Amino acid sequence: MKEIAYAAPRTVADAVAALKQANGNGKAFAGGTDILVQLREGTRNADVLVDLKKIPEMTEIRQLPSGDWQIGAATPCHRIESTVPFAEGYPGIIDGVHIIGGWQIKGRASLGGNLCTSSPAADSIPALIAHHAVVKIVGPDGSREVPVSEFCTGPGKNVLKPAELVASFVIPAMLPNSSGCYLRFIPRSEMDIAVVGCGTTLTVEKDTIKQARIALGAVAPKPVLAEEAAAWLIGKPATIESFEKAGEIARKAATPISDMRGPAEYRTHLVGVLVKRSLMTSLRRLRGERVDVLHDKLV
Amino acid sequence: MVEPIDTTMRLGRRSFLKGSGVAAAAATVAGTMAEEVAHGADAAPPSSGPGAVEITLSVDGKELKSSIEPRVTLLDALRDYLNVTAAKRVCDRGTCGACTVLIDGKSIYACSMLAIEAQGKKITTARGLMKGDELHPIQQIFWEKDASQCGFCTPGFVTACAAVLAKNPKATFEDMKRAVDGNICRCGTYEQMFQVFEQLTGKGA
Repeated sequence: MKEIAYAAPRTVADAVAALKQANGNGKAFAGGTDILVQLREGTRNADVLVDLKKIPEMTEIRQLPSGDWQIGAATPCHRIESTVPFAEGYPGIIDGVHIIGGWQIKGRASLGGNLCTSSPAADSIPALIAHHAVVKIVGPDGSREVPVSEFCTGPGKNVLKPAELVASFVIPAMLPNSSGCYLRFIPRSEMDIAVVGCGTTLTVEKDTIKQARIALGAVAPKPVLAEEAAAWLIGKPATIESFEKAGEIARKAATPISDMRGPAEYRTHLVGVLVKRSLMTSLRRLRGERVDVLHDKLV
Repeated sequence: MVEPIDTTMRLGRRSFLKGSGVAAAAATVAGTMAEEVAHGADAAPPSSGPGAVEITLSVDGKELKSSIEPRVTLLDALRDYLNVTAAKRVCDRGTCGACTVLIDGKSIYACSMLAIEAQGKKITTARGLMKGDELHPIQQIFWEKDASQCGFCTPGFVTACAAVLAKNPKATFEDMKRAVDGNICRCGTYEQMFQVFEQLTGKGA
C-alpha cells in the first residue's frame, strides 16, 4: 500500500472539509473491509483516509419521533442487527445485514460502505430499496437526500460528487400488516457474493395485496426495481400462485451478465424463484411468523 | 484416543523462535523506525502521517508504543512492529480469519483495520486469552480434540470462538458454527472443530 495520511474528524462538516482539502485524493473510510483491500491491491487510490467512525451521528442507530429509523452510514452491521427493536421491525433489512460477511466483517462493515462500494451484488441494497430507504448526502455545497434506489449508477459508480459523503440512512416506519425479506442465492451460506439477490416488502389486508416492492441484485449493472411485477401484485390475493406469477414478470427486469458465478440464463431463472420465495417469506412474517431465511426450507 | 502433545516441546519451539530470528528482525525494524519518527514529526493536525506517528496500542493487557505509519494495518503493526505474533498473516485481505483478534471483545480481522484506528481499544490476541502459560479453556479443548493440523488458522478460530462465548455463554452449536463463518482451515480439521463446539456448548462427552 502506498503512503497514506489519516484524518479522524469529529463532525460531518469536518469530514467534508478534509475530503475537500484532499482535492479528489481523499477517501471516506468506515469499516475499511473493502477499501483497505482495494488500496493494498492498487485498484483504488487515496492520499488521505477520512475515518468516519469518530463522528457520533454516523455511528448511531435511532428511531425518530416520526417512527422512521435513522442509521448512521458508518454504523457497523453487528450493531444494526443487535438493535432489537429495529431488527424485529425490519427483518428484511436484517436478512441482508446478517449475511454481509462473517462475524469479523460484520463488526466493521457498514451500510454506507456497502452502498458506496456500489457493487451490483451488494447484499444490503435490495432490501433498503424495497423499504424505500433514503440517504442523506453531505458535501461542500450542503446536504441533499437521494433514494437508495437512485444512488448507484453502475458497477462501482454512484451519484456522489467530489468531497461528498453519505452521512445517514432514513428508513420509513413500517406500515401495518407489512413485512420484508431479502434472499440471495449463493453456493455457500457465508463469505460469498450473490449470484442473485432479491429484496421485497409486502403489505396485505384481508388476504389482498395492498402494496409490494421488489428489488433485485446482481442481475444488472446496479441494483434494480422490478416495478412491473410489483404493480401487477396490487389487488391480487396473497397466495403462492400470485407470487409465482410476479416472479415470472420480474424476470423481465433482469439483464444479467454471465460470469464465474453463473450464466445469464440461470440468473434470470433464479430471479423468478427468489422473488416468489422472498414474497412468500414477507407474507409469513407479516402474519407473525419468525422465519430464519438461512435455515428455513422456504417455499 | 488423542495422543497428548508434549507441552514443553511446543513452548520450546516458541521460545526458540523468540530467541533467534524474531529478535533479529525486531532489531532491524527498530533501526528503521528512528528515521520514520523524524519524518512524521511535521505532520500537522487534523490528519496524521503519511509519515510514522507515535501509536500506543493496548495489546493483551500491555501498553505497547511504536512509531508506525497510518497506512500500516493492525496485523502488520502487531507482527512487524510490536513482536506480537499470535495473530497470523495468511490471506491479508479479510477473507481467511487467521488474523482474528478481539477488539473490545468483538472478533475483528486485524488485516482489515489500521493500527492507528485501534488506539484506545482493548486488543486481545489468542496469546492474551492465556493466563501466563495456562491455556484458556477454549484453547485447552482445541488441544484435547486435536482440532488443528498445521495450526496456522487456530489462533483465529480460538479468538472467534472466545468472542461468541463472551457475548453469549449459552451459545449453541449452530451459534458456534456461525461465529467462525469468517474463518477457514485449509487442512480441513472441521470435524475435530465440531467436537470442540460440542464440548464448548455442553453437548460433548
